[in-house]
Amino acid sequence: MLIPHPLLGLRDAQEFVYLGDASLLNRPDGMAEGAAEAFGDYVYLRDNPAGVHRELWFHEQGDRSWLVVTRDTTTHEILGAELARDVALAAKGGAA
Amino acid sequence: MKGVLMRFSGFRVFKEALSGHKGWAPLWRNPDPQPEYDYVIVGGGGHGLATAYYLATTFRKSRIALLERGWLGQGNIGRNTTIIRSNYLLPGNEPFYEFSMKLWEGMEQAFNFNAMVSQRGILNLIHTDGQRDAYRRRGNAMLLAGADAELLDVAQVREMAPFLNFDNARFPIKGGLMQRRAGTARHDGVAWGYARGADLAGVDLIQNCEVTGFRIEEGRVRGVETSRGSIGAQKVGVAVAGNSSRVMALAGMRLPIESHALQAFVSEGLKPTIPGVITFGAGHFYVSQSDKGGLVFGGDIEGYNSYAQRGNLPTVEDVAEGGMALMPMIGRARLLRSWGGLMDMSMDGSPIIDKTPIEGLMLNAGWCYGGFKATPASGYCFAHLLATDTPHPTARALRLDRFARGYVIDEKGVGATPNLH
Ligand SMILES: Cc1cc2nc3c(=O)[nH]c(=O)nc-3n(C[C@H](O)[C@H](O)[C@H](O)COP(=O)(O)OP(=O)(O)OC[C@H]3O[C@@H](n4cnc5c(N)ncnc54)[C@H](O)[C@@H]3O)c2cc1C
Repeated sequence: MLIPHPLLGLRDAQEFVYLGDASLLNRPDGMAEGAAEAFGDYVYLRDNPAGVHRELWFHEQGDRSWLVVTRDTTTHEILGAELARDVALAAKGGAA
Repeated sequence: MKGVLMRFSGFRVFKEALSGHKGWAPLWRNPDPQPEYDYVIVGGGGHGLATAYYLATTFRKSRIALLERGWLGQGNIGRNTTIIRSNYLLPGNEPFYEFSMKLWEGMEQAFNFNAMVSQRGILNLIHTDGQRDAYRRRGNAMLLAGADAELLDVAQVREMAPFLNFDNARFPIKGGLMQRRAGTARHDGVAWGYARGADLAGVDLIQNCEVTGFRIEEGRVRGVETSRGSIGAQKVGVAVAGNSSRVMALAGMRLPIESHALQAFVSEGLKPTIPGVITFGAGHFYVSQSDKGGLVFGGDIEGYNSYAQRGNLPTVEDVAEGGMALMPMIGRARLLRSWGGLMDMSMDGSPIIDKTPIEGLMLNAGWCYGGFKATPASGYCFAHLLATDTPHPTARALRLDRFARGYVIDEKGVGATPNLH
C-alpha cells in the first residue's frame, strides 16, 4: 500500500505505524458528567466498518507526522490522506 | 427431522473400497428454513457448528437452526494453520483452553469422524533469559490449570530439531517451552465432524442464508431477518468471527473488536522433517508439517483494519525472513499457496462468550488468530450459556463488559491495541 502523504508524496505504508479509527482524535472530556463511560467507549469500542474507514497512521520512519488516511477496508484502496493536525484543528473550528 | 445415520469405521472403508464406493451418502441434509426455532445460531464456522452440536447433544435441546451466509466452513475454520494447544498464562484463559484440549482428545470418538487430531507437540523457542523466565512462569500456570508443560534446555531442543539455526547472532536458541499434548488437527474435518454430528442430532444446517437484521421487540430478540426470509427464534447466538462487528451493528451494538487479515502459507510436499509445531515468536514465524508433507507456516497479522480476506506482500517478506533466520534449510522449498482470513481482534487479545444487553441475543467473538484450538470449548461453553443462561465455569471471565469494568485479560500486556496482540 502507498500512502499519499500531503507533504512528502507517495510513501510505502511500511514506513508507518497504524493506530486505528480516526475517531480517537475526539477524546472525551475527562471532567464531564459520565466521563468514565465515555472513556470506556472511547478506549475500547470501534465501528470497524467494512468499506470506507478513516484511520490514524504515524509516519514513524519518515517525518513523524500523524496522518488521517481514508481507506477502503474491503479492497485496501487508499482514497486520501490528510495531516491529522489539520483534521483536529478543523474539528475544533480553528485554523492552523 | 433427523439426519440419516451413516457410521464410519475401518470395516466400512474396506467394504466401500470393494464395492466401488457407491454406498457413501451426503454427510448432512440441506433443509429449507422453518418459520420458527427455539435456537438460531448465526455462522457456520467451527464455533457455530460446535455450538449447534453441543446444544443438541450434551444439552439435549431441539428446534435448532444454524444459518450460514455461504457454505459450511467457508471462513476461518477452513483457512487456519490448524494448531491446537493450551499454553496460555492468565487464569481467565488457561482453564478454558485446557478444557478445549481435553475435548479435542475425545472428540473424534464422540462425533464418529476422523478429524486427524495429532498430538505432535508444540515448542515455543526461547532466546533470552527474560524469555526463559516468562516461559517458566507460563509453564507453571499451565501445570496449575491441569495442562502439561516442560521447560527444555538447548540440548533437548537440538535433539528434537537439529536443523534449527541455534547460533543466530540476534536470536540464539537457548531452550524452549514444550507442550506435548498440543499439536494439529484437520481443520475442515473438524467442521465436517461437528456439522454431521449436529445434523444427526436434528439441527437444521441452512446454507446460503445471510443474516441481514435482527427482530428486536422491547429489548428482547424475537428472530432474525435473512436472505431467505424472516426466521423467528427464542434465542439467537452469533458466532461469525471476523464479521462480528458488522453483524452486531445490525442489532445496534458496537464491539471492542477490529477486523484484521492474517495470512498463511504452504510449501510443496517434503519428506518428514519437522517433528511438531515450532514457534519463533521473536521472529514472527511458526511452522508445522502437514501429513501430506507440506510445510504449513505463518506469522503476524497485517496490522490494519481489513475485510479483504487477503494480505499484502510486506508480510510475505517478513514471514519468509523469519523462516530463513530460524531454519535456513527452508530456503530451497518452493511455496505452493498463500491465503488470508479475517481475524476478529479483540481489544485485549482474548475472546468473548457472553450475553448482550439485548435479552436472548448472545455473542461469541474476539478469537483473534487463535480460535481454532478453542473450537470445541467455545462451542461447548456457548451452548452452555444459550441452554442455561449461565456461563460455563471455564468461560466466566470471557465477558463482554470486562473492558468497561477494567477486567481485561491481556496475555501480552499491550493494552487496547488490537494489532499488537
Ligand atoms: C491464516 C490463519 C491461520 C490461523 N491459524 C490458527 C491456528 O494455528 N490455531 C488456532 O487456534 N487458530 C488459528 N486461526 C484462527 C481461527 O481460524 C479462527 O479464530 C476461528 O476459525 C474462528 O472461528 P470460526 O471457525 O467460527 O470462524 P469462521 O469459520 O470464520 O466462521 C464464521 C462464519 O460466519 C459466517 N457469517 C458471517 N457473516 C454472516 C451473516 N451475516 N450471516 C450468516 N453467516 C455469516 C461466515 O461466512 C463464516 O462461515 C487462524 C486463522 C487464519 C485466518
